[in-house]
Parts: sequence; C-alpha cells; structure tokens
Amino acid sequence: MTSMDETRSGLDARVVVDRGSFRLDVRLTAAPGDVVALLGPNGAGKTTALRALAGLTPLDGGHLRLDGVELERTPPESRPVGVVFQDYLLFPHLTALDNVAFGPRCQGASKAEARATAAGWLERMGLAEQAGAKPRRLSGGQAQRVALARALATRPRLLLLDEPLAALDARTRLDIRAQLRRHLADFEAVAVLVTHDPLDAMVLADRLVVVEHGRVVQEGPPQDIARRPRTDYIAQLVGLNLYPGRAEGHTVTLDTGPAITTTEDLTGPVLVAFPPGAVTLHRHRPTGSSARNLWRCEVVGLETHGDQIRANLTGELPLAADLTTIAAAELDLHPGAEVWATVKATQTHAYPA
Amino acid sequence: MGLAFLLLPLIALLVRTPWRTLPDQLTSPEVWQALRLSLLCATSATVVSVVLGVPLAWLLARTEFPGRGFVRALVTLPLVLPPVVGGVALLLALGRNGVVGQWLDSWFGITLPFTTAGVVVAEAFVAMPFLVISVEGTLRAADPRYEEAAMTLGASRFTAFRRVTLPLIAPGVAAGAVLAWARALGEFGATITFAGNFPGRTQTMPLAVYLALQSDPAAAIALSLVLLAVSIAVLAGLRDRWMTAS
Repeated sequence: MTSMDETRSGLDARVVVDRGSFRLDVRLTAAPGDVVALLGPNGAGKTTALRALAGLTPLDGGHLRLDGVELERTPPESRPVGVVFQDYLLFPHLTALDNVAFGPRCQGASKAEARATAAGWLERMGLAEQAGAKPRRLSGGQAQRVALARALATRPRLLLLDEPLAALDARTRLDIRAQLRRHLADFEAVAVLVTHDPLDAMVLADRLVVVEHGRVVQEGPPQDIARRPRTDYIAQLVGLNLYPGRAEGHTVTLDTGPAITTTEDLTGPVLVAFPPGAVTLHRHRPTGSSARNLWRCEVVGLETHGDQIRANLTGELPLAADLTTIAAAELDLHPGAEVWATVKATQTHAYPA
Repeated sequence: MGLAFLLLPLIALLVRTPWRTLPDQLTSPEVWQALRLSLLCATSATVVSVVLGVPLAWLLARTEFPGRGFVRALVTLPLVLPPVVGGVALLLALGRNGVVGQWLDSWFGITLPFTTAGVVVAEAFVAMPFLVISVEGTLRAADPRYEEAAMTLGASRFTAFRRVTLPLIAPGVAAGAVLAWARALGEFGATITFAGNFPGRTQTMPLAVYLALQSDPAAAIALSLVLLAVSIAVLAGLRDRWMTAS
C-alpha cells in the first residue's frame, strides 16, 4: 500500500459541501477492487456525498482524485463514474436493453455496438429474457439489476450505489443482496455504497465509513466496527450497550458516575461495551452473587426482539437487556418495575477511546 | 341553467343547418380554399409555437434567472390580451413601418402584414402561450433526476434533454400543440387586424364565416359546422388527458 502506483490508483477524495448550517466534510480513500460503505442515519449527508462524487452537487472544498486524475471540476457527463440511484431512475420510455445501451451510446458507440454491449450485461445479470421489457414491467429485483447493468456498462472507475436495496421487499432483498455482493466482488474498480442498514453495509462492503452529522465518526473493517463501536448510533446499530469512561486498571469509572469492572487492564479514556444478552436481571438485590457489576434500575419499556424480550432500563446505568419471554414473565416485568441488573466482567469489552 | 346556456347556441346551430344543401356548400371552392388555408396556417403556427415554445418552457421550468416571474407573466399575456390588440401590436412591431418591420422590409425585402406568413405570425402569437403553459406544467411534474441519471451515463445536457426529457414530456407537448392548433384555427381578431382578409391568401375559416354571415348565411352555418366538428375532434383527442383527470 506504500508504492507510488498504489497510492495513485483508486479513489482519493475529501468531500466538503456547505448547506447553510450543515457542513459535510468526509475523507474517502479506496483502492481498486475495494467496496466501501458509507453508513449513517438519515440526514447524515451520505447521499450528498454521493452526489458530490458524481458531480451532481458541486464541491465547496476538498478534492477528488480518481486513479490520479483530478475530477472536481469535471462535469458529471465526463466523469468515469457510474451511479445506481435509490429508485433506479430507469428511463421509463426505453426498454431494459436501451436503458443499458444508453451509456455506451453516449460514449460514442454505434447503435449496434451499444446494444451488443448492453445485451452482454443483461446476460451477466441473468436478465436476457427481460431485454425488451419496459421498466414498469420489471419486478423490483429485476429493475435493480438493470440499473446496476446500466451503470456498469459505461465501464466506470468509480461505482456509486445509493441505498441499493432499500426499495426491495424483505424476501427479494436477501436474494438481491447476495447477487449484488457477487457483482461487486467481480468489479475491478472502486465501489462506494450508501446505506443506513448495517446488515447491507456489513455483507456488501470490505470497509465501513460511518458518517454522523456530516463527519466521519468511525471507519474500518465491519468486524472491528461491530466489536468496538465508537458512538451511540453505531452501538445501537450493532446492538451493544456502550459507555464512555476513564479506566484505572480493571475498573472503569463512567462519565455518568457508576463504575464497571472489566477484564482488560487499561488506563485513561476508554469505551466499555457489552451486549444486551450479557445482562441478567433480578427482582431483588442478589445475595451472594460474585458479580461486581450490579446496578439498580427501573424498566421504562419492553419490546419483542426476535424470539426474546428486550427491556430498556434507566437508573444508575441506562441499558438494554435481553431475556427470554419466560424469564420476563417470572420476573413480572412491566414499565415502572424496579430491577437489579448484573453483568459479568468477562462479558464486557473495554478499549481505548 | 348554465348547461342550457352553453348548449343552446350549439343546438341552434345544428337545428338551422341546411342539411340538404350542406354537401354542395362544403364542396364549393371558396370553402375549400378557406379550409385549406386555415389548416395550413394553423399547422404552421403550431410548428412555430413548438420550436420556439418548448425551449422557452424548459427555461421557465428548469432554470432560475432574475425576472423569471416577469417573463412568465409576459408569456401568459397573450392569453388575456384581446386578439385585436395583439393584431395592432403586431402591426406596430412588424408592419411595414413597424419597429422591426421597417428593417425587415429595407434589408431583406420581407413584409409580413397582409400575407399568408402574416397569418401564421398572428396565429402563433396568440396560440404559443397555450403550448408554453402546457409544456411548462408537464416539465415541472417530470422528475429532473432522470436528466441527472442521463448525465451520469455520459449524456450532455442537450442529449439528456433530447433523448430522455423530451420523450418523457411528449404527451404534454402533444396536448399543448393540439390546444395551440385549435386556438390558431379559430383565431380571428389578430389575424384580420394584422393580415387582413384576402381570399386564398389570408382569409381563414373564421374570417370566411364572418364574411359569409352577411351575404350567404347558409354558407356561414356550413363553415361553422366544420369548425365545430374540428373542436369536437380536438376534445375527443384530449379526452384521456382531461376527462379522466377528475
């Protein structure tokens, strides 16, 4: 990753866009073959970043280099960038084949060449039979693949996907996600996808860039982010309780007051995380329990979470706890009920903030 | 009551139609001449309106420029302006001694008033706003992101407009063109003021009807019936667009 060639090829961008009081400032780098997911809540600026990379929204600052070529002043039609839009934006008056042939045609191919290229792409997507169909006759999954084929047919050096699976129903989604993963793995240039769905991001991307309020708050491989979330938003996405604090050996004093005992031996500012499943609830203060992480809490809400019950608690330590339906019934849990929560030190995970 | 008020004149027209002599009336050379001229001029005026009006509508719908509201108001002015006033204004602008007309005359030897081309100009002046308003409305309703999608595929702004936007708004352009055509076909005031009333050259159907009413009422009724038939045909053509809108 240090040779000159490696640093020059691929994407090297800092996207700065001002929108009144909102400022997007995101650094993005990727090597050819990388799939990067921009993950973040709605309104974090993900789609704006994508539009800026495509040239549809002008940059107010930063830079954009693709394979060593400066692109920030290049108009969208001259950028080697392909886009799969959230609602696909297939041209409704053209057949699937002519939608895919549109790009090659604009790049100067003859009608016959463009159609041959398009037919090849539809074939790869398993859509040879739908070539003559107008977009409104395509299913959601088929339209998504036509949109992908249309973007790839221009041979882009940067492929942008805006919420590529958001418009699909749950069953199609599973299927299309697997297919998209395959196509992205085959793609030799840089792919950047925008999503608010952590599962899509983790399945499709090699690297996540988490954006909140226009800033990158964390980036890295999916497994790192799932294990060591840095913000409440990410912790919630990956389903962990997360607390900032200050470590003194095995004891972490949280910024909010209480302490948590951990197995890690650290000093200084840290984050402590543990899954809701690691929490045990008791109706009375447990006696003779070896757990040193013991907090008095109050139930504020209960919801079903898969085949379990998730209890949201406030009190000494606000936390989420998962328990079985039977356990919830035996504990007679209801909003307002007082409970004691324990977590074993071995179930917690502390890491430098 | 309102319905009766609107229908009564049409019924009267049908009642008084001399059905027996109608075939003879309609095949007389004068009628054919006026009808042919009307169709030619209305169609030419529509073509002029489309060529000039679609880019104007695009400008109004897709771009921001200072004074856009004012321009829009100007475009709609001919809709409410009495056509006779339009004719007078055209004479002052393009007449032989008009602001622009005198240059057209002395430089190119072109005189528009009292010619067939003058009829086309007068009709286009009155009819174009219908097209512009219709196309602008369709453009506003069309999703501009299709143009963006086309640009990410390598299409220039013009190519995106020609290959994506234009086909998408084609129904709106067609409806606007039909409206403009119908308006041009019935145009009277601006035409007679600017182009006069010369049979075979500038005498269109409405002018012929007006003239015939004084000398040969039966012929006037026959001509009116033809125009009514054309109006109904236009309405039928636009049925899907309007009748089903409610």
